[in-house]
Amino acid sequence: MISRATRRHLASRLMTVLVVLLSFLAVLALILIFGNLLAKGASSIDWAFFTKSPVPAGQTGGGVANAIVGTAIVVGLSALIGVPIGVGAGMYLAEYGSGRFGYMVRFVADVLNGTPSIVIGIVGWIFIVKPSGHFSALAGSVALAILMIPMLARTTEEMVRLVPHSLREAALALGYPRWRTSLKIVARTALGGIVTGCLVGVARVAGETAPLLFTALGNLNFTVSVSQPMQTLSLQIYVYATGPFEEWHRLAWAAALVLMGLVLIISLIARWVTRQRYGSIR
Amino acid sequence: MASQPLLLHGTDRGDRIYRGALTGFALALPALILVILGVLFVNAWPALKRFGPSFLVTSTWDPVAEVYGAAPMIFGTLASSFVALLIAVPLALSVAIFLTEFSPRWLRQPVAFLVELLAAIPSVVYGTWGIFVLIPFLRAHVVPPLKAVFGWTPFLQGVFYGNSLLAGGIILAIMIVPYIAAVAREVLLAVPMSQREAALAMGATRWEAVRSAVLPYGRAGLIGAIILGLGRALGETMGVTMVIGNRHDIGLSLLQPAYTMAAAIANEFSEATTAMYHSALMEVGLILFVLTVAVNAIARILIWRVARGAAVGSGAL
Repeated sequence: MISRATRRHLASRLMTVLVVLLSFLAVLALILIFGNLLAKGASSIDWAFFTKSPVPAGQTGGGVANAIVGTAIVVGLSALIGVPIGVGAGMYLAEYGSGRFGYMVRFVADVLNGTPSIVIGIVGWIFIVKPSGHFSALAGSVALAILMIPMLARTTEEMVRLVPHSLREAALALGYPRWRTSLKIVARTALGGIVTGCLVGVARVAGETAPLLFTALGNLNFTVSVSQPMQTLSLQIYVYATGPFEEWHRLAWAAALVLMGLVLIISLIARWVTRQRYGSIR
Repeated sequence: MASQPLLLHGTDRGDRIYRGALTGFALALPALILVILGVLFVNAWPALKRFGPSFLVTSTWDPVAEVYGAAPMIFGTLASSFVALLIAVPLALSVAIFLTEFSPRWLRQPVAFLVELLAAIPSVVYGTWGIFVLIPFLRAHVVPPLKAVFGWTPFLQGVFYGNSLLAGGIILAIMIVPYIAAVAREVLLAVPMSQREAALAMGATRWEAVRSAVLPYGRAGLIGAIILGLGRALGETMGVTMVIGNRHDIGLSLLQPAYTMAAAIANEFSEATTAMYHSALMEVGLILFVLTVAVNAIARILIWRVARGAAVGSGAL
């Protein structure tokens, strides 16, 4: 007969083990995905992969130069549109956001953060593609910017809130007007954090595919014109991975590794920027 | 937080301009949600008018005959999300419990970082991994034993070709784990230490303290975290589109292909040739948008009750 106390301790031990095992499983998924990416993608990456555009289906070789440049343009343009609005909204939430309106804006931002990106793609299509009559990189950028805005608003707010109150009070006590205090003292102090938030937002949308499917559309040729359909790494991976050719699958893995690397590098830079100022974010 | 408006409510002209400009940016967010809703509604109106409520419950999707019913994709969306939650909730809650209750201090940061990293993987990369790694693995090592034991249930009928509700559900599960885990962790961190100490002082074992004092305290927030994960799963597009099989069919079997609303839009939108076809897909988008906004709103209200105002879940990485 096992005593009640032993049984309870055994149950506690068992649940602890279960919790640890399941947590390990979640981490294992990550390790597997990264491992597969490296194993299947690394061997296909060479100089030509970065410098050549795709070759017609059936031929071997070719690269994703057009997709890399396309990603940079589409994402860069989306940041130009999204960052001012997102950061501005975040500054509002941090500085004036304690009332009802602020509460509502915060709530809407959180809800928008969970909106399916494919739906935002439809919005980009309605506003840019439909009236102009053709797919374009600009439409993709607008969709990505819409995705970015609520994200940036919330991270900016969090970062600005970290600024010590005494700094603001000191500036005001010296006779600084409030708007200058907010811009020159508060925002300047939180700048590292705000930049981090922007970089994380950029990293997020750089991996997006769904909102680009019927906005930027994809393009097998090299182009830098934002009024034309444009290729991005994510779109290229989608086409290659779902296509019928072995060669395409090989390129899909390589492009996936490059995209993952890009997202990771931007994210790591983001972490590094904040570390300079606050240590770790959380 | 409460004292800031006192300091910043300005009467100076510069202050008024500054505040006005920031308010304008902040207005962009509510404006955005209204505009999205508005344009989707206007564009979906032809389909809404023509098919009415039958759009939700009929299964014919025939662009040639211009007859559209979205029941299979609505079913597939709910079914794949349900499968995803079944798998993801135990994993994510375990991560959260491990990080807040059991983990040695030095292990917390690395494990949290690794799990958050899952959220940084682009969904198209998940899809690629699903096609070339997960599906062959399921075919070789998971489905045969599952069929051998549970083959008699309605959930495992038919031949497994790969693209299936099961594959879609598993990919979704991995994708939503970091979101649920991050929010659940915030919620558990917000549970006061005294809750745990009281339970331990009464002689509870560590697990009993978690189960009887910590989890009930954070229940609303934990449910919020799960609903938030549900919202992600409902709208996730690429990871699912690439492995779920994209077939307009309602079936209980996990081994059969299915379809989701997001996948239908992704696959068919740029190929839609007629105005009514576009309109039907917009209506699918409208349903998906309203559904996810509602689900997210509920999740936020529950989470805010526990961890007030924090932008939990949006800060992964």
